[in-house]
Amino acid sequence: MSEIADTPSPSVPEGVAGTGLDIRSLGQILYLGGIGVAALGVLLWLLAQWNEGGAGEAVDSATGTITLSLGGEPPQLDSTRGTDAVSFNILGHTMEGLLRYNAENRLVGGVARDWEIGDTTATFWLRPEARWSNGEPITAHDFVFSWRKVLDPRNASEYAFILYGLKNAEAVNRGEMPLESLGVYAVDDRTLEVHLERPVPYFDKLVAFATYNPINEAFYESREGRYAADAEDLLYNGPFTIARWVHGAGIRLEKNPQYWDADRIRLNAIDYAYFTTDPNAIINLFKDNKTALAGLVAENLDDALQRRWKIKRFSDGAVFFMEFNHREDRLTRNYHLRKAIQAVNDSPELVYRIIKLPGNLPGASLFPVWLKGVDGYFRQEYPLTDPPPDDEAGRRHLALAIEELGLDGPPTLVMLIGDSPTAKKQAEYYQNLYKQKLGIDIKIDAQIFKQRLAKMTAGDFDLVMAGWGPDYDDPMTFADLFASWNENNRGRFDSPELDEAVDIARSSSDTKTRMDAMARVQQILYDEAAIVVNYERGSVYVSHPRLKGIVRRAVGTDPDYTGAWID
Amino acid sequence: MFLYAIKRLIQGIVTVWFIATATFFAMHGVPGDPLMNDKAVLPEIRANLEARYGLDKPIAQQYWIYLKNMASGDFGISFTQQNREVNDIIREHFKVSATLGILAIVFAAFGGILWGALTALYRNRMPDIVIMFLVILGISVPGFVFAALGQLSVVEINDWLGFTLFPVAGWGTVQHMIVPSMVLGLGTMAFLTRLMRSSMLEIANSDFIRTARSKGLPVTRILRKHQLRNAILPVITVLGPSIAAITTGGFVVELVFAIPGLGRYFVQAVQQSDYTVIMGTTVFYGAFLVFMVIVVDVIYGFVDPRVRLE
Repeated sequence: MSEIADTPSPSVPEGVAGTGLDIRSLGQILYLGGIGVAALGVLLWLLAQWNEGGAGEAVDSATGTITLSLGGEPPQLDSTRGTDAVSFNILGHTMEGLLRYNAENRLVGGVARDWEIGDTTATFWLRPEARWSNGEPITAHDFVFSWRKVLDPRNASEYAFILYGLKNAEAVNRGEMPLESLGVYAVDDRTLEVHLERPVPYFDKLVAFATYNPINEAFYESREGRYAADAEDLLYNGPFTIARWVHGAGIRLEKNPQYWDADRIRLNAIDYAYFTTDPNAIINLFKDNKTALAGLVAENLDDALQRRWKIKRFSDGAVFFMEFNHREDRLTRNYHLRKAIQAVNDSPELVYRIIKLPGNLPGASLFPVWLKGVDGYFRQEYPLTDPPPDDEAGRRHLALAIEELGLDGPPTLVMLIGDSPTAKKQAEYYQNLYKQKLGIDIKIDAQIFKQRLAKMTAGDFDLVMAGWGPDYDDPMTFADLFASWNENNRGRFDSPELDEAVDIARSSSDTKTRMDAMARVQQILYDEAAIVVNYERGSVYVSHPRLKGIVRRAVGTDPDYTGAWID
Repeated sequence: MFLYAIKRLIQGIVTVWFIATATFFAMHGVPGDPLMNDKAVLPEIRANLEARYGLDKPIAQQYWIYLKNMASGDFGISFTQQNREVNDIIREHFKVSATLGILAIVFAAFGGILWGALTALYRNRMPDIVIMFLVILGISVPGFVFAALGQLSVVEINDWLGFTLFPVAGWGTVQHMIVPSMVLGLGTMAFLTRLMRSSMLEIANSDFIRTARSKGLPVTRILRKHQLRNAILPVITVLGPSIAAITTGGFVVELVFAIPGLGRYFVQAVQQSDYTVIMGTTVFYGAFLVFMVIVVDVIYGFVDPRVRLE
């Protein structure tokens, strides 16, 4: 074939393209394409040299390593300043406080071997064998240093309030008293003495919280403001140390040989190789055997059910509720309006027919079922009776409210919510429910995290969807939430009776008296319809069948892999 | 050419300053601030936090301090990742986004030129119809759908093979990079295919091709030296903005594939009102976009001698 023969006749207007098959043109293009693919290969190789990473299988019994995903980069591993779940989880695996929770969720000695909690003093005797990862012994001074740091106003710790049980703590935190006046003293290297402002019967539960962790002063100072910024800027005293930390990409924990109870730890390494909160990515990693645990949400639950995975559930401790705005200028300050909404509320319907995620529990009490009371569970000892939804009563209350408020008809209320799909689904359900049962119009105001917080703080809402997770294992972690002085009481609910009950509950040293007072808090919140409880949150997850001994819990490190092993 | 480049550079700097200023005031105008958290804090603690981050000063003064720091290349410390400098965040994570972006754009450019040329050659015949149908899909289906589908296919492929050919998520090795970059480049590739096709057809009808043909040049030579080279010009023009768009717009892919890129910070910072990271990433991306447009103009002049003369 000659070149001429290939040339198309001029009568075909498209020119080369569109004429008979030009094998050689095609060849040219494919040839260029081939060069492209080769170049791409070289480029890929070069780029791979520039980046780092890569992870193993979900469980690797040869090396004793498990691979997991984490919600994100831990924002603050300085225990005096950390506030978030991810940081607390890493701290829970790499640090240890005076006391810790064991696999059965009972408090056991951590750095402290023995302890004694009195009315206004508490004493902790430290184990001589407890060491920092550099081999230095842990002393009472390490606690004095870190606790003062927490309350140092210049450190501006957001969790300072959790130490307010200590003598002079609040005054120190406000900058009214010097740091040295804080009620914590090192009697000697092994004895820590704490003076309390008032009886704190649950002080043993408080010291298990990460903000109470010790910090080695000499090491802290030696980092010159970079403490906890990187793996080498931390000194560890827990079961694991951070062996590698690639910011934003992964954290690898390895067994700490200096840990006093190292024999208890059976895993050699925990590799958090993926930082993601995307439920689909997590479930796909799990399918591909790349993560040993995956949380389930509504979007991926069906998939998990179809694959017949063993789905586990536990209560993560949080309670979700709708707060009313009790400020002077708000319609929701009206008792009957709130009661009307409470009367038509149907928590089981929300949980079982709208959210439809196993693990969640319907409820009416601010105090979740897992809290302990006098001898057993609080809610069994102090049950709250919540009659089934009563539309008739709702309309009666609404009629009274309309009359009292001098309205023409059912009002329009603004409901402030977050921007998650669950929040929207829930809000739309309520919008529909209140319209149908009461004729109340709900305007949904969906806001992203900070904007929602700003509006909550400013009181720019009638109803707000909120939730509360526990910090420590005592009903008190919920009880003071709606005290008039609590900054977290965003609706400004104000009840002298409730404040009084809170005072008794937090300072009486008699368990029965305390729990009676908590029960009064529970009843007042219900009777006054200060809030309407939506549900108690449960979580569902799947885990690798060979990974045993994972502990999931409402209070404390969760998920806790310190006692886990590969079968 | 030199004067032209200087002029473009000054324009670029003014643009970046404008972006910085607009972002700064928009950010402060939105309700909520980085110091707000789930748990309310004492007014005293809040005052201390404000003082630490300089948020207690009047807004005009904050703006002035901010501009001064920005001029010296200091974007401050992140509010949410309290031990990390914004400069570090940009340096460590842009590397990843850039890798992803470069691969995606190379993939998109090669694919686009290849498919575009092919469809033009096979105009109105089967390969053209099939490819153009896929192109329409590629343009109209949003990226997050491709990302999710891509990841799901990877799971199925690995499941079927019995070993991990491509990792489902994560970052670090060549295998990690291939699927996400293809997913990220898909939309651009579809767009470039269409552009290349119409450009090829247009050139094919032009006088100089007819001249080349009439003087008896081999078809392959016409295709390579004249048709492809001319047809590629508009593709290069849009490549610049595409590079920036892909590199900055990769956050969905980064999220789905758990890739530690900068896009994630860019989005999360806004949700968290992390002022310093918002400013850092916005100004950085803004400057990057402006820079890419300038670079493309220069490259354009290199490829097409006519532009240089103007």
